[in-house]
Amino acid sequence: MEEPTVKKRVRIGDIRKQTSCCGPKRDTEQKPLFYQEPTPTSCCESPEIKSETDISGFVLPVIQTVSTDWSFEDYLGQFRCRTSSYRNSYIVNPGLYAIGNPDTNSDVFISANYKLSFDILRRSLKGMNAWILVLDTNGINVWCAAGKRTFGTEELIRRISEVHLDKVVRHRRVIVPQLGAPGIAAHLVVKKSGFRVYYGPVDARDLPAYIAAGYKATDEMRTVRFTWLDRLVLTPMEINPVMKKFQLYALIVLIVFGIQPYGIIFRDALVGGWPFIFLGLISVLAGAFLTPLLLPFVPFRAFAIKGWIVGFISVFFIQDMIRITDKSLLIFTYLFFPLLSSYIALQFTGSTAFTGMSGVKKELRYALPVYKAAAAISFLLLLIYRVGQWGLL
Amino acid sequence: MKYLSNVTTLKFFTDKCTGCWRCIEVCPHRVFVMNGKKATINDIDMCMECGACMMNCAFGAISVDAGVGCASAIINGMLTGTEPSCDCTGNESKNSCC
Repeated sequence: MEEPTVKKRVRIGDIRKQTSCCGPKRDTEQKPLFYQEPTPTSCCESPEIKSETDISGFVLPVIQTVSTDWSFEDYLGQFRCRTSSYRNSYIVNPGLYAIGNPDTNSDVFISANYKLSFDILRRSLKGMNAWILVLDTNGINVWCAAGKRTFGTEELIRRISEVHLDKVVRHRRVIVPQLGAPGIAAHLVVKKSGFRVYYGPVDARDLPAYIAAGYKATDEMRTVRFTWLDRLVLTPMEINPVMKKFQLYALIVLIVFGIQPYGIIFRDALVGGWPFIFLGLISVLAGAFLTPLLLPFVPFRAFAIKGWIVGFISVFFIQDMIRITDKSLLIFTYLFFPLLSSYIALQFTGSTAFTGMSGVKKELRYALPVYKAAAAISFLLLLIYRVGQWGLL
Repeated sequence: MKYLSNVTTLKFFTDKCTGCWRCIEVCPHRVFVMNGKKATINDIDMCMECGACMMNCAFGAISVDAGVGCASAIINGMLTGTEPSCDCTGNESKNSCC
């Protein structure tokens, strides 16, 4: 029972002395049991990724004992991932990690090398002695990576053999997150690696209960939930990408309202344009924040319709406050902004845990022509308004 | 929460099913249930076409056109004339969706 633990500690020291990132010439006979081949993503070939792993503190491609507690940096990292493109480079090195003092009977949990996935897993294993085997998923979470098969059968088999898992543990079971199942063919894994795939619960928090029940998950643990809190944490990354394009929209609005036959008048641009910049912001909030948050309470199943309804109601209230009097501008307001909200809400299909490809394709078949036509008509309405103001009509 | 009805490409071939329970285990929306010694579809409109059941059926009893249910991925695919892809590749410059 104790032997492997001792071995592990001795060998980590050995490895640290022997190896550098790019893999020095190694004598195969001296190759330590737990040595892990540096992969392209964890090696000097990709300096960008290496520096990120430095930040995460997981530089050595060897078995490293990791804590089940989150540090301040872990919380900060999660916050940055939830709000910015920082998540695109938040990674850990693929390979084997230890939780507590695992031995040859300890469970092996499979994870992705998106650091947030890894962090959530290790936090759920508090008080346990276990192994975590991190697959190389290009820094993408389990669910998305499974959809692309990077969290996949081949990678799992390869990692199992690379870390010599058959020597690390005596049993032959690996616990794979249930949401990794779209990428893993369990029957092929057992055939090629000898390890039997046990699908754990959807949510890592249920792992202790799953283990206590003898590797059995209840129906509830097997069902993906999508609570208001789940939806809320996703909204910053719905708003953020849209806001990047918003500057362009604001610029166009200012030009449209400021332009005169003899040049651009800034006063006109601001006075005429601000209600429409404001309405644009409201539409972004309606589509990227309110619709996701109120998702189950907004009627109809199509996201495009949900987004339009929330957008229309929001625009109605704002219009009531700012009172647009010009007829073509009023038509423009009610045509353009609810559909903008609808389009943005439709993007949320990529973040939910219940929308399928065929459904989204069907929505797009109907919605895209409407968006295109509305955009063209909106432009015409603005043109009519401006030309009318210049007294050319 | 349910998405659109009658759109999923999920197909189940009862004759090939051996009743191994794998599909029931992996489906995150409880689409399958056991009916005697074989699995059967309980609520097909809950299917989100993730492909977990097909991937894990060793007997080829399930087929589904699996893919990402993500609007920007599908629009991306339409623009580039390729399969829907949401660019979740870890590439900073791209806007990734999931």
